[in-house]
Amino acid sequence: MTTKSSPAVRVLGWLSAVTLALTAVMALVVTPGDVNMGDSVRLLYLHVPTAWLAMYVAFGLTTLASALYLWKRTRSRFWDLTAGASAEIGVLFLGLTLLIGSLWGRITWGVWWTWDARLTTTAVLFVLYVGYLAVRKVPASPEVQSRRAAIVAIAAFLDVPIVHYAVEWWRTLHQDASLGSPQRVLDPQITGTMAWTLLLGVVAFTLLYCWLMAHRFRLAWMEDRLADRAMQIAIEERRAEAEVAAS
Amino acid sequence: MWRDAVLVAGKDLRVEVRSRVGINQVIPFAVLVLIVFAFALDSDRATLAAVGPGLFWVTVLFSGLLAIQRSFVIESDDDARDALRLSGLDGGGIFLGKAAAVAAQLVLLEVVLALGVIVLYGVQLRGAAMLLLTCVAATVGLAAAGTVYGVIAAGLRVRDTLLPLLVLPVLAPVLLAAARACEAALAGTPAEGWPWVRMLTVFATIYVTFGVVAFGPLLEEA
Repeated sequence: MTTKSSPAVRVLGWLSAVTLALTAVMALVVTPGDVNMGDSVRLLYLHVPTAWLAMYVAFGLTTLASALYLWKRTRSRFWDLTAGASAEIGVLFLGLTLLIGSLWGRITWGVWWTWDARLTTTAVLFVLYVGYLAVRKVPASPEVQSRRAAIVAIAAFLDVPIVHYAVEWWRTLHQDASLGSPQRVLDPQITGTMAWTLLLGVVAFTLLYCWLMAHRFRLAWMEDRLADRAMQIAIEERRAEAEVAAS
Repeated sequence: MWRDAVLVAGKDLRVEVRSRVGINQVIPFAVLVLIVFAFALDSDRATLAAVGPGLFWVTVLFSGLLAIQRSFVIESDDDARDALRLSGLDGGGIFLGKAAAVAAQLVLLEVVLALGVIVLYGVQLRGAAMLLLTCVAATVGLAAAGTVYGVIAAGLRVRDTLLPLLVLPVLAPVLLAAARACEAALAGTPAEGWPWVRMLTVFATIYVTFGVVAFGPLLEEA
């Protein structure tokens, strides 16, 4: 691996830029406003892809990479760095999902936030992975740090289905659902150009994720190598000092 | 493993009994939180009785965090953790022992807080069986998950701030389920509460299992 990005990554970058631009044109110009929601529906072309990217792609990879790191036969620094890079991007995009969703909720439901099952689960998921990133930043020897982070990632992943069911029941056992989930409002009307735009958005954000991943991973890998080098240099210096003192 | 667990739990509880940090500080803190809640909400008894179960579990959660932190602070004094690592005790056993000691303290805390909620908030006790089961399942879950994260944060300079950040989202379903189950029991509609009790049991089972498996390696590097 070199310090510069490979041509493949650069092509990936351009591809994601082009598809993102296309998505923007489709979302803002080509597609019609929604019958019920009007122009605010255009926010969903960002909301759905960022949510998909963060929750399934990014956190999925973090979990997979953490499990592979913990498994002795596939343990390598590579998986640890992958897990960390993916979680960072995931947290960023989940934050965007919450932000865009909040804006959309203000326009459509009239409130910034509602304690809907989906929203609550997403918020808890966000905090869980912020915690994971905090653990990654705690100084320790690299191996200790990696194993600790991997275990936290797995523990967070275990918690996700429980949180999901808990808040789902919370909303359905007692209070009547005053507001439908965004999905229920959106689903029946989604056809034609709107569906294609959404699909294009998902593809564009997946490409963007791959591109960001390639860069973030390379950066992490170089930081790692730099730390190794610094250590090597420090050891050599101490040795030289010892030799001077001995002679 | 069981023998090791009993040894570790006995040691932790003996330390707590002799130091009296739990009795002299954690329990007064918990009662204080109950009083502060009353200031914040309203001294109106009807309001307090209605939100009683939720406040009860929030207080248990916060005070429980202190107990969990305490459980690992006693290991960091005089490098007791190294001794624990060198003792040759089974990792799963150490986990069960420490979690059991935390659970025992939580039970004591819950008894005091329950009295507090009855006296201060005027909550009427009903559905004793469900309340009891909820407390048992939630306590095991809190202690198990807390101990797993406690050992991750133990020995770090930032542990006091890191532990709540890690543990609170993980314990969110316990808080939710325990509060709802208690509400159902107190309202005299136990049918609504049983799914929550089941969820608490599932949570406790998952984290006890995870802890028994993962605690050994985690302790090695804490």
